Order: sequence, then structure tokens, then C-alpha cells
Amino acid sequence: MISQMEGSAAVAQAVALCRPDVICAYPISPQTHIVEGLGALVKGGELAPCEFLNVESEFAAMSVAIGASAAGARTYTATASQGLLFMVEAIYNASGLGLPIVMTVANRAIGAPINIWNDHSDSMSQRDCGWLQLFAESNQEAVDLHIQAFRLAEELSMPVMVCMDGFILTHAYERLDIPSQGQVDAYLPPYDPRQVLDPAEPVSIGAMVGPEAFMEVRYLAHAKQTMALELIPQIAAEFEAGFGRKAGGLVRGYQTEDATTIVVALGSVVGTLEETVDALRAEGHRVGVLSIRSYRPFPLAAVRAALKGCERVVVVEKSFSVGMGGVVSADVRMALSGIQLHGYTVVAGLGGRAITQASLSAMLREAMADRLAPLTFLDLNHDIVNRQLAREAGMRRSGPIAENLLRDVGGKAEVRP
Amino acid sequence: MLQIRIHGRGGQGVVTAAEMLSIAAFDQGAHAQAFPSFGSERTGAPVVSFCRIDDRPIRSREPISAPDALIIQDAHLLHQVDVFQGLSPEGYVLINSGRSLADLGVAEVAARLPAGRMITLPASEIAQRHLNRPLPNAVLLGGFAALTGIITLAAVVQAVHTKFKGRVAEANAAAATEAYQMLRVPA
Repeated sequence: MISQMEGSAAVAQAVALCRPDVICAYPISPQTHIVEGLGALVKGGELAPCEFLNVESEFAAMSVAIGASAAGARTYTATASQGLLFMVEAIYNASGLGLPIVMTVANRAIGAPINIWNDHSDSMSQRDCGWLQLFAESNQEAVDLHIQAFRLAEELSMPVMVCMDGFILTHAYERLDIPSQGQVDAYLPPYDPRQVLDPAEPVSIGAMVGPEAFMEVRYLAHAKQTMALELIPQIAAEFEAGFGRKAGGLVRGYQTEDATTIVVALGSVVGTLEETVDALRAEGHRVGVLSIRSYRPFPLAAVRAALKGCERVVVVEKSFSVGMGGVVSADVRMALSGIQLHGYTVVAGLGGRAITQASLSAMLREAMADRLAPLTFLDLNHDIVNRQLAREAGMRRSGPIAENLLRDVGGKAEVRP
Repeated sequence: MLQIRIHGRGGQGVVTAAEMLSIAAFDQGAHAQAFPSFGSERTGAPVVSFCRIDDRPIRSREPISAPDALIIQDAHLLHQVDVFQGLSPEGYVLINSGRSLADLGVAEVAARLPAGRMITLPASEIAQRHLNRPLPNAVLLGGFAALTGIITLAAVVQAVHTKFKGRVAEANAAAATEAYQMLRVPA
């Protein structure tokens, strides 16, 4: 049914349509509305049978998810930011044990300084944890990806993170098409694991593996993610056949065929980039956008195929590896191994800084003239950065960076030399 | 595309106003996108919300910097926050106040807009009478329908009933209708 609704409410409905047996969660913005919505559906009896567990922490949430999934339950949770970091040890266990848990990450920055706004630092910190990571461009895609995620997780026996931009998507009202229960049931068969934990027939899982086989276990995890590169497009194609719209897949190009400049991005900024590209195209610039929808597994071949014909690649990413630079950019460079072209990393939108068409357009003009710095921070306030650098150059122990910058922004810079 | 920005304070239903506006536009067959100025909202703190309305899917996700219309839920913000920033020279402004534009110190800004585009509406007083609480958001949407014609009163009433239930919905719908009738230019 098509209606105007909040992204979080829509994701809650989509997850409910997947008939999860166990939902466990600990509240953290901007994910909270999703599990609140699911809690209401369970309490109201609309989602049954389903056990909703309020746990005492994110670590407990993932631990409960592991136990429930190992016992044969279709299991869902959601988190963001510090909450994701707090569950990290268990996250690695979930993938190591091959448990098909689905988790929403409502992407949010990581502190300190504390910041509740959107960027991709949280899920990027877990890119190596063995989970699949799918990124949603819109709320409709977030809805559709959750349905695909359960299918993918259970066919591969691997956990899947569905990453959607916190606030920008989770708190936005849009026109959304929520599928019927019949459609979802036809697409997603009941969860039927080969092995379950059962007190009547006790077994243990999670055996210790020594040096003689640990490498092989890790290799097989990688082999499985490589297999997911085949399965993800197949599952997306079946979704399109059953639901009548495209969603998911490995990558999606927009105006890339004849483009000499291609912008690579993940998540909701792709929409703003499409508008920017349309405006630049109207002026005759051959520019396009490549949206990476599956970040893990990373589609090296699909990215290479989409980018190999262009002259320059601009990776716009909401993540940043301190001391190195781009995170997504490094993977894109790997995909382009041996191909000579101009490559730029643009770090944008950290901690919720708005990414505007005006700034993107100005940045892309610089890139198309090959005047852009290899590592650029979109809309960085150079004045306050330079003041802090001068302070640090002139004064030992110049104090905490965040507090110093806030004083500068508030116009109350210390007068001490 | 029409872009509407709503300014108010935490607790005044600023975010809900944008959501209801988007529902009203959707009910009229348009594409609409509503979202808040994301932050740690506290009661009384300045809050901004946004709504885009178009006849095709809306892709841009950036905050609205060049609005076609403004709804100001708390007139005290007029001189505390640059609420008029980026306003279209043809734009509409609806201010929650029983006072005149001159009294509020915004007559000069109004003079730069086409006649009748900036008006005041005593929305909190109307809300107080209908709801027993000075919650002006639905009332202002009724006024907005009369001022701009971007949405109909029927769509506002429908949106109020989507967002609220029972007596609260009835009272908000009645208050929005009163505001609409107060501002509607007689044919």
C-alpha cells in the first residue's frame, strides 16, 4: 500500500512483514523509532508469534540475537554509532558462527566529541567484521533491502547489516510503498536452519579452532562473501519480479555511460548528487554518479566496469580514516588497479554537516578542471582549523581540540597568546 | 518544486507540522518530503523543519536554504534567528501572532514581498480555545492553506486525522478550519 510515512515506521513494517521470531534492542538515536514501531506491533498482537526483548545494552542485544538465531529463530535488531561499537565483540561472533541475523544500522557519527548526527563512521568501522553491508539510497530502498536482507542472510548463513542514513532517512516522511504480507511470504520462505541449538539434543557451537584450521575458516568466510556477489544481483532481480520495482544489487549507475567524470557515493547523498549531476549535464558537462549499494562484499568487478572508461573519479564519502584519508576511496582505488585516471577523495557530511547541491556543484567544477586537492574536505571551515593549528604550533598542551573550536565558533576565542 | 520551512520551538509541534503538511500534499496526489532539523531537541529550543512538494519524486536531501514559504510558529524568533534567510522574493510568510507586522518589526521585510504574502494569525489563541493548549501547528496549516492555496483545507483536515486520533484530531481539525475561514479572501 502506498502512503506518506516516516522512514523508521516503514522499516518497522517491512521487518514485521518478514515475520521475525525474536527482536531484541537497546534504544539509541537515530534508530529508536524503528524498534519502538516493532515493539508496538508485537504488543498490539499484529506481529505474532514474536518475542520482543528489551535488553540492558547493545552488547546484550547482539548476544541475545546470537542465542536466538542459533536456536533457529529469525532474528532482528537495530543500532547506531556508539551502540554498534559496544556490540563489536558479539558482532564478530555472529558472523564467525554463520548466523543469519539482520540488523539495521541507522548511520550516525562516533564520538568524541559526542555527536548524534549522520555520517558513515559507525558501519565503516565494522566493514571487516564478516557481515554483509548494504546501503540504502532512500526510504523505499531501505524497506526493500530489509526484505532482501533476510533472504540473503538465510541463503548464505551470514548476518546482514542494512545501513540507512540516520535522521536524513530514518526521520524523513516520504511516499512509500509497503508490500503485502502475501508478496513478502512468496519471496521469503520460512527460516529452516540445518542445525539448531536444542536442549533435547545438546550440541555446542563455536568450537575453538587452532592454527591448523583458522586460516581456512577465514578463507571460507571470504569465499562466502565472494559468492554473495553472485547472489545479491540474483536476489535483487527476483525482488523486482515479485514487487515490480528495482532495489538493491551491487551498484547502480546514473548517467555514467558517456561520463568523463563519475562521482562514487553510498546512501542518501546519491539523490542530492543526481540533482547536481542533472544541473551540470544541462550545462554540457559529462558527469554521472555510481551508487555502491553493496559495500561488503565490495563489488570490485562491477565498480571497475562502471568506472574504467571515464577520465576521473570523485569519491564522496561520509567516512574518514584519521591519518590516512578516504575509506571507500581506498576500495575504489583497488577496483581500478592498473587503470590510470585522476582520482579524488571528498570527505563530506561528517557529524551531520549538510551536503548541499551548491557545494557539490562547486567541488565538481574544480574536479572537472583537475584543480581539486586529492583529499578534500567539503565545506571545511579553514579559519577555525588554522586558528587551532596556530595555537598548537605556538603553545604546548594547547588544550582539548573540540572545546577550543567551540570557543572559536562562538566568537569567544581566548585572548591568551 | 515548492519548499516550505517551519520555525518554532521544541514542544510546539514544529516537526509534526512539516509531517502533516507532507501528508496533506500526498493526499492531493503530490510527492512530498518532510524532515526535521536534526538535533538534540529540547523543549523551548529553536527548532526548524522542512517540507518539499513536487509533482515528481524528490531526490535532494539537503536542508531547505531557499524557501518558497515560511511558517513561523513563535514570533519571538523573528529577531533571534535569521528566519527570512534565503526566502524567495515571491515567497509567503505566515506568522503565529495576534499583533500586526509593524508591531512585530517586520513591515519592511513584508514590503519587499508582493502584497498580502506576509500575514499574522493568532494561532496559539485559536488552539487554546479548541484544544485547551496553545499548540499552533495544525491551526497554522489551516491558515497556510488559505494564504497559499498550495494545499486545500480538506487535505489539512485529512492529515490531522492521519496524525491524531479521536478528540485531539477533532479539535485540531476544527481549529484549522477556523483559521482557514478567518484568512480566506472572500470570493
